[in-house]
Amino acid sequence: METLIGLLVAAPLLGAGILLTGGRRLDRTGHLIGTLLALVSFAFAVVLFADMLGKDTAQRTLTSHLWTWVPVEGFQAQVGFQLDQLSMTFVLLITGVGSLIHIYSIGYMAHDERRRRFFGYLNLFLAAMLLLVLADNYFLLYAGWEGVGLASYLLIGFWQHKPSAATAAKKAFIVNRVGDIGLSIGIMLMFTTFGSFAFADVFPKVAQASGTQHATVTGIGFMLLLAACGKSAQVPLQSWLGDAMEGPTPVSALIHAATMVTAGVYLITRSSAIFNAAPDAQTAVVTVGAVTLLFGAIVGCAKDDIKKALAGSTMSQIGYMIMAAGLGPIGYVFAIMHLVTHGFFKAGLFLGAGSVMHGMNDEVDMRRYGALRSYMPITFVTFGLGYLAIIGFPGLSGFFSKDKIIEAAFAKGGGEGWILGSAALLGAAITAFYMTRVMIMTFFGEKRWQPDAEGHEPHPHESPATMTVPMIVLAFGSVFAGGLFSINSAFVKWLEPVTGHSEGNSPVSTATVTAGTMVVLVVGVALAWAMYGRRPVPAVAPRGSLLTRAARRDLLQDDFNHVVLVRGGEHLTRSLVYLDHSLVDGVVNGTAASVGGLSGRLRRVQNGYVRSYAVSMLGGTALVVAATLLMRAV
Amino acid sequence: MNPVNYLYLSALLFTIGAAGVLIRRNAIVVFMCVELMLNACNLAFVTFSRLHGNLDGQIIAFFTMVVAAAEVVVGLAIIVSIYRTRHSASVDDANLMKL
Repeated sequence: METLIGLLVAAPLLGAGILLTGGRRLDRTGHLIGTLLALVSFAFAVVLFADMLGKDTAQRTLTSHLWTWVPVEGFQAQVGFQLDQLSMTFVLLITGVGSLIHIYSIGYMAHDERRRRFFGYLNLFLAAMLLLVLADNYFLLYAGWEGVGLASYLLIGFWQHKPSAATAAKKAFIVNRVGDIGLSIGIMLMFTTFGSFAFADVFPKVAQASGTQHATVTGIGFMLLLAACGKSAQVPLQSWLGDAMEGPTPVSALIHAATMVTAGVYLITRSSAIFNAAPDAQTAVVTVGAVTLLFGAIVGCAKDDIKKALAGSTMSQIGYMIMAAGLGPIGYVFAIMHLVTHGFFKAGLFLGAGSVMHGMNDEVDMRRYGALRSYMPITFVTFGLGYLAIIGFPGLSGFFSKDKIIEAAFAKGGGEGWILGSAALLGAAITAFYMTRVMIMTFFGEKRWQPDAEGHEPHPHESPATMTVPMIVLAFGSVFAGGLFSINSAFVKWLEPVTGHSEGNSPVSTATVTAGTMVVLVVGVALAWAMYGRRPVPAVAPRGSLLTRAARRDLLQDDFNHVVLVRGGEHLTRSLVYLDHSLVDGVVNGTAASVGGLSGRLRRVQNGYVRSYAVSMLGGTALVVAATLLMRAV
Repeated sequence: MNPVNYLYLSALLFTIGAAGVLIRRNAIVVFMCVELMLNACNLAFVTFSRLHGNLDGQIIAFFTMVVAAAEVVVGLAIIVSIYRTRHSASVDDANLMKL
């Protein structure tokens, strides 16, 4: 069984290798190879899962040591895998949703001549993500982390002939870089403090840390949070996610909804030992989560681009997960549970959005959709189920996972608990609002279709089976996953041995929370209906209030970055250039000028008069003689 | 007679020669002053030879004469050719060797 873990990562890696080096010969079959290897990986994951279920809780963790990566005295980096319940959950999600998206891409990318390369990148992404969640030490995790960043860069910029896509890819890469620096500093701190970066070595030592070590643990926590902010698009490193929608839609579904952006949640949950020992870092985590969940939701309300609206929603939902992960043992399990259900319904929503775009000549503006429900029945139903799941309609996946997070937020206790709980409830209301808005603008109301730039009238049609089947599967997940996980608290029992779990003392009863979420849900939906369903949607966006306009510009996040970071950086470089010109060059040029001036004076001595040379010779001789005599005398 | 007196004479001659080199402008006179300095040295060499009772100084005096003779040949040739081109034997007129 241990060998299977290695093969799990090797299969997509092999696929990436074959597809990216195989050349044109594989153009016809490349997508099938890529999909097959993703499915192989998924099959391995299922075998391992079945094996794990058959074992006692205590013996479920599998480890597999492959080789020593950096064998240096005092610095041993191992390539080793650790498969426990947490990794298993991720592995199933990554390979499962990943395989579905591979299948979907066969249809979606059918007319793209660089399809083989696309599947190579998708496989590379799967391999990197699996490495990230299976690593048994932070060093290897970092390799996967960077690999995911690289794959995401390649995929966002896949249509690199569009300048906007190329820019978006660079933006995502650079913003992620900031987070990566946090992770690498965190790992370095870990190594200098505890002498190792293996999970098994670090976590027990963290628990015993005291004094300055304890302060270092808090520092490590903050650095890991920075890393999580970068990868998971949390405030303040959130600006890349909206632009990342320039990538092909399956990429948005795979990377920016289901898997990559959840890496931050994984990192925090995996490092639960560190965060449990650092309450200050935990406070920062919940703050980031709560701010982001509102931030993303507000942005989602104002976007007319269907993918960008969904991107705002992703940011917001990840905010829920990060907040839950920051709550400590009362939240870890629910963060992961929401992550899994979100993986289903958000991937489904994105694939639905892709299907709509596919039928509408790649139009993304929702103001040019409308009345699509009868033209795309399967897309409508699957998207609709995803919609009901995300707003937390009773009985669907999102209902179970999101309610638990809201409850856990209240259970944090004290004023903090009330603030977090209210933020989460408010977020749920806004979620209901913007998702209803997306739903109404896309599938209901009047036809507002416009011909595309080349004058082709859109002819909406249902997508081919390779695209609809994954959507149907994901819709099933959106409907049933949450309920299945909640039967007899199955998910809590499954993850408890890894992350720990404690029932908090919520000042508000479960029934009250459920009632509260129902109320905000109805309010959100009703408000959206009143604004977009009851009267026709204008084809051109109205100017809107100040908040709307700010939200359309992603709540001025780019402007903020521009003013503070870009301008600041420019001023910094300008002053450095000035310093270089005035100080460094001044010293260098000054030396040269003074040497030149001095020699100019000195050369006057060379006046060409023989007699003056004779004088200097005589003087010199006299000097030498005098010196010799003086030395004698002494 | 005390041989040291010859040394005083030698120093006197040398000084006269050096002063002539520095002060006079006519190249021929400068040249003669150089000869005077050389001969002052010769006198000192011979005197020291006498004082120390060996022949080293006298031998060196002969060398000096040989060198002086050779120098006169070359030097006079240069002076003559300068005079032919510049119609002047003044050392201050030949001041082109400068920046």
